[in-house]
Amino acid sequence: MSDIWVVIEILRGEVKEISYTMLAAGRQLADGLKGKLSALLIGHNAQALASTLGAADRVLCVDHADLAEFNPEAYLRVTTAALQEHSPRLVLFGHTAIGTDLACGAACRLKWPVATSCRTFAAAGGELRYSSLTCGGKIIAEGPIPEPNCLATVMPGGYKAEAGKVNKTPAVETLSPPALDGVRTRFKQYIEPPAGDVDIAKQPILVSVGRGIQNKDNVALVEGLAKALGGVVSGSRPVIDQEWLPTTRLVGKSGKQVKPKLYLAVGISGAPEHLEGVPEAELMVAINTDAKAPIFDVAHFGTTCDALKLVPALTAQIQ
Amino acid sequence: MNIVVLIKFVPDLVEDLEIDASTSLLDRSFLRLIPNELDEHALEEAILLKERLGGTVTAITVDFGDVDETLFTAVAKGTDRVVKITGEDFSQGVSNEKLAAIFQGVLADLPCDLILTGTQAVDDLDGFVGALLAERLGLPYVGYVTKIDVQDGKLVARKEYPGGLNADIEISGPAVLGIQAAEKPPRYVVTSKVMEAMKKASIDEQEAGEASVEAELPVQRMSLPETGARAEMIEGSAADVAAALLKLFRERGVLA
Ligand SMILES: Cc1cc2nc3c(=O)[nH]c(=O)nc-3n(C[C@H](O)[C@H](O)[C@H](O)COP(=O)(O)OP(=O)(O)OC[C@H]3O[C@@H](n4cnc5c(N)ncnc54)[C@H](O)[C@@H]3O)c2cc1C
Repeated sequence: MSDIWVVIEILRGEVKEISYTMLAAGRQLADGLKGKLSALLIGHNAQALASTLGAADRVLCVDHADLAEFNPEAYLRVTTAALQEHSPRLVLFGHTAIGTDLACGAACRLKWPVATSCRTFAAAGGELRYSSLTCGGKIIAEGPIPEPNCLATVMPGGYKAEAGKVNKTPAVETLSPPALDGVRTRFKQYIEPPAGDVDIAKQPILVSVGRGIQNKDNVALVEGLAKALGGVVSGSRPVIDQEWLPTTRLVGKSGKQVKPKLYLAVGISGAPEHLEGVPEAELMVAINTDAKAPIFDVAHFGTTCDALKLVPALTAQIQ
Repeated sequence: MNIVVLIKFVPDLVEDLEIDASTSLLDRSFLRLIPNELDEHALEEAILLKERLGGTVTAITVDFGDVDETLFTAVAKGTDRVVKITGEDFSQGVSNEKLAAIFQGVLADLPCDLILTGTQAVDDLDGFVGALLAERLGLPYVGYVTKIDVQDGKLVARKEYPGGLNADIEISGPAVLGIQAAEKPPRYVVTSKVMEAMKKASIDEQEAGEASVEAELPVQRMSLPETGARAEMIEGSAADVAAALLKLFRERGVLA
């Protein structure tokens, strides 16, 4: 009952980076509890990926043709069946489109509690604790991980994915899937990202605009600044959802990961989902009127100057 | 298609959040609560579907305090029926496990084809309401949805993955979907329309039934992250700050 499980996330045949972040966390916790670390690998013909999961003591593979792509109800059935049988102490899922569907569903089905948006965990004296980032990154919530079983979703940031990439061959076991008849959800098709726009992931200078810019017309001010800097405009989710910028320009969890030389954040609060997209800008500068905005935790330089005044002034001075 | 939309109220993150020293939790005494942004997207998606396919939209929230205006605004946007669940002062905070249990009770007498809610709320800690509720109702759940269609009598939910990739998931029968973004930005209604709705429409009040919660996550302590821990702040007028930034960009070789 001191075993830690990680539910590995695969998308289109590739192990997602968050899986290694979770393995890094899981390894620490399993060692702290003197338990074992298991990785649950669900898919079809995906066993070869087990060799990349050497941070785990063993990889449990579930294989079925209906599991080739993520199918919410089928994956949930498989996950809960395996957890019910093995009853691990703590199960880690990605705080992602796949992981949260599974973790919340499994929590309810198994009647185990779930802690979402966890960034770090601690295992001290046999007791496990979680620390979550909530309220747009403005609040840290902590507590014990209830006995005997618990689920958690993990956000990047607390552990280095590199630490979860271990060059070792884990033991591989096969679990047979439960019956998958009567599953009401079915994967139909992927819809590819729109092509043809600049790739923000490759741009050295990004001027990124957030809701603080207030309206679509003001986005033109930021476009002017980007042009003067020889860069490109990107944005936060609300700006894209308001259709002020095309979806190709989205930075963050649901958009792109960028690594520019300069990331100039204009009117962006710095929610965790946004910051997932800028883990390693060489120089990050934030313009935000709220001195308590979480963006100032990660930016190298900041100012609380009104963007609507500063952006035109800066553009003019550069020109 | 008859659609139910669930709305949760959450702290307005524009305001300063404080920790109550006696409870070590969020100080809720002066907290401004607003409808969760993604729940507003869920409402918009429901109304778009109704406009396309016919049917009804019912919006439900629990009594978080000032919820009436939000419900009347929903009516002004095209919601047919609005329900407020009473019986407790939910403004003091309620876990998602409990919220899901309460919604489950109300939905027992409210048959529908589709239940929508925001895929997540800004203050979630113990799971997402939609996903927890789906399991309680024995319905399939898909989160991170940005578009809903009906093809050959089946729901097709477009699920969003990172980097602009999406997947279409087909669902047989009713479902709970967590909305990440509506197909269009949520519509705006003028105040006069809301006032009109206040005169014409009424809010159905229902008592929250017995809510049984079997697995609860303890939250022991909250704190504010140390802000500004890292950024070197540049003060002054817009012109001063612009000059300082220009100098910085030149020093760092960003600008020639
Ligand atoms: C599943 C999921 C996935 C998500 N994926 C992403 C993602 O990929 N990318 C992303 O960005 N978000 C994503 N989000 C949304 C994220 O949680 C935040 O809501 C979003 O990043 C906030 O955007 P913002 O900073 O532009 O807006 P806000 O949080 O509203 O911040 C606006 C900021 O502007 C400042 N401001 C206001 N006026 C001015 C002014 N005149 N001058 C200067 N500053 C001003 C304010 O102080 C405030 O800090 C996701 C959310 C979920 C639930």
